Amino acid sequence: MRTNEIFMAIKTDFPEVRQEEETGAVIIPKESLLKITRYLKNHRLAFDNLHCITAIDRTGRVELAYTLYSISEHHGITLKIYLTAGEENVASLAELWKSANWLEREVYDLFGVIFLNHPDLRRILNPYDWKGHPLRKSYSHPEVSIKPRL
Amino acid sequence: MAVTERIPASKLIQRIPGGGVFLTTSENIFKWGKASSLWPMTFGLACCAIEMIATGASRFDIDRFGAGVFRASPRQCDVMIIAGTICVKMNDCIQRLYAQMPEPKYVIAMGNCAISGGIFYYDTYSVTKGTDSLGIPVDVFIPGCPPRPENLLFGLMKLQEKIRNEKDADK
Amino acid sequence: MNTSQTKDICTEEFLINMGPQHPSTHGVLSLELKLDGEMIRDCTAHIGYLHRSMEKLAENRTYTQFIPYTDRLDYVASMNNNMGYVMAVEKLLNLEISDRAKYIRVIAAELNRIASHLIAIGTFAQDLGAFATPLFYCFREREKIIDIFDQICGNRLTYNYMRIGGVQFDLPKGIDEKIKKFIKYMRSKVDDYDWLLTYNTIFLARSKHIGLLPKDLAINYSVSGPNLRASGVKWDLRKDEPYLVYEKLEFDIPVGENGDSWDRYKVRLEEIRQSLKIVEQALGALPEGDPTVKIGRIHKPSPSEIYLRTENPRGELGFFIISDGSAYPYRLKIRSPSFSNLAVLPELVKGLKIADIVCILGSLDILMGETDR
Repeated sequence: MRTNEIFMAIKTDFPEVRQEEETGAVIIPKESLLKITRYLKNHRLAFDNLHCITAIDRTGRVELAYTLYSISEHHGITLKIYLTAGEENVASLAELWKSANWLEREVYDLFGVIFLNHPDLRRILNPYDWKGHPLRKSYSHPEVSIKPRL
Repeated sequence: MAVTERIPASKLIQRIPGGGVFLTTSENIFKWGKASSLWPMTFGLACCAIEMIATGASRFDIDRFGAGVFRASPRQCDVMIIAGTICVKMNDCIQRLYAQMPEPKYVIAMGNCAISGGIFYYDTYSVTKGTDSLGIPVDVFIPGCPPRPENLLFGLMKLQEKIRNEKDADK
Repeated sequence: MNTSQTKDICTEEFLINMGPQHPSTHGVLSLELKLDGEMIRDCTAHIGYLHRSMEKLAENRTYTQFIPYTDRLDYVASMNNNMGYVMAVEKLLNLEISDRAKYIRVIAAELNRIASHLIAIGTFAQDLGAFATPLFYCFREREKIIDIFDQICGNRLTYNYMRIGGVQFDLPKGIDEKIKKFIKYMRSKVDDYDWLLTYNTIFLARSKHIGLLPKDLAINYSVSGPNLRASGVKWDLRKDEPYLVYEKLEFDIPVGENGDSWDRYKVRLEEIRQSLKIVEQALGALPEGDPTVKIGRIHKPSPSEIYLRTENPRGELGFFIISDGSAYPYRLKIRSPSFSNLAVLPELVKGLKIADIVCILGSLDILMGETDR
């Protein structure tokens, strides 16, 4: 199924979703994450594969992007959640897709987004006692030398 | 850094006519033995590790230089070839492994990342900029990204030359 | 010791750390094992010992300047990484490349797939105890592929060959003869490996029924590549979501039955045969033209984002690139196959012995450069 068709299928059951114009990603409110993802997994859309979880640090908000694919139905969708600054917590998907376990740990490590009910939320790539969340645009470290731009 | 072994009773031997020559020759034999049978530690961290394995394989054959016995335990090694990028999380391990190696021990820094951080020098928060900054004394630096196996063999030959020209302990 | 005496022995669990420096962890990986004698009760993987902050670094490099960094992700399959990244940027820019460049990319990617699988098989056999023979044989064949790449682009390991819009150099004269000679040579060598290892009693005893990965667990963990195919899922991006010229080429997808370590090894061996078939066909169909890049090196895509995945030897490599209109990406996320493949390890090792962990790790074929980025 194409992205627009998947979006229309989700919108009939969950009217609170909307579509991002440039990219076709489906923006869902943070509170409906668990019920929409449960629907996507168990419904005939059969999204059985959570491929990637990313976070993007924009000014004033952090966007979370979930890329889901279906092996049986040969289609994919990207879900996005806009988290406002100061409320960077969202439900964890580790109970639905086990791949979310490490992917969410990585997002926590690099961006500081808290995943509620995660079985083991600690840093994964940086040392466990590292301070700060490095991939934020506001992160600075005294020993980092910045390469001059072209 | 290595300490040349003292021949037992060397001061006594030097008093005998011809004793000085005997001592120099024995020290040279020990140094030749040390240089020709350096046992490296399997310490490949990143891409340079693949070139290190290729050097150990049959085309380039590091074994003909006596250094073909790669031991995993630091207690059994003479030389630590740091091949790859050193990250902050790994600092502690490297220092501990270096401390566990028995004397005489040598270090070869293979690849640009081990020398200075390489292409990861700028804009990284988690890369140590070179083995030197960890406080580990390096004997031979082999530049390259990754250095060809011939480069590693040349670096090894340089290390062997360095060992053969080491100053004797009591000079 | 008879059984009535063993009932009085009380054992306790102890914690042992395997790695990060260990002869058989493939790269710097630390496994914390809770052991009861030699049986593993629990296993926790600690990664991050090779975290080189490539994603942060990408925000201060132009799109072309980042290509050498993609080499160092999965350093054994540089061509495939380069290709994945460059294809993602080309899609972001809506750039079409010449047909000759597409065929050259496929040839380079498949030769590199063979080289990568050779290392996987050689190190897997070494970890199981066949100490140096399979490894030396595999490296001997790999040297032939590396010679070909040396002639094409000048480097042995980190090729930096693909460019946004094509490839760096055209193929040199006489290279197709060399590649045809290599294909013929390699076909006999793969049969040698089959004869030497596949049905060897010790090899079977060490790897059959070890590390069984069931189909739905593999899909749930987002395992990809030969590991997924060994569990019985017939999914390969080259057939299911074809890119470049894969739809014009004929090849099969080997699939395993049980999902144990032996199946994962067998799938890789069969994939070498299929890759040889692909290279032969691509070489025969190579069109004339100029595959090098004719556009400038500084690219400024319009503000948008793209997620593109390609089939690497280890699984599906994904690049999520977000551009803000400048010459530098706003965010670049690398979805590495080894990261997801490694996450399944703690589930596979419960109840097995330490020697079996070594076998399972070797058969999963992970690479820490890619896992930690």
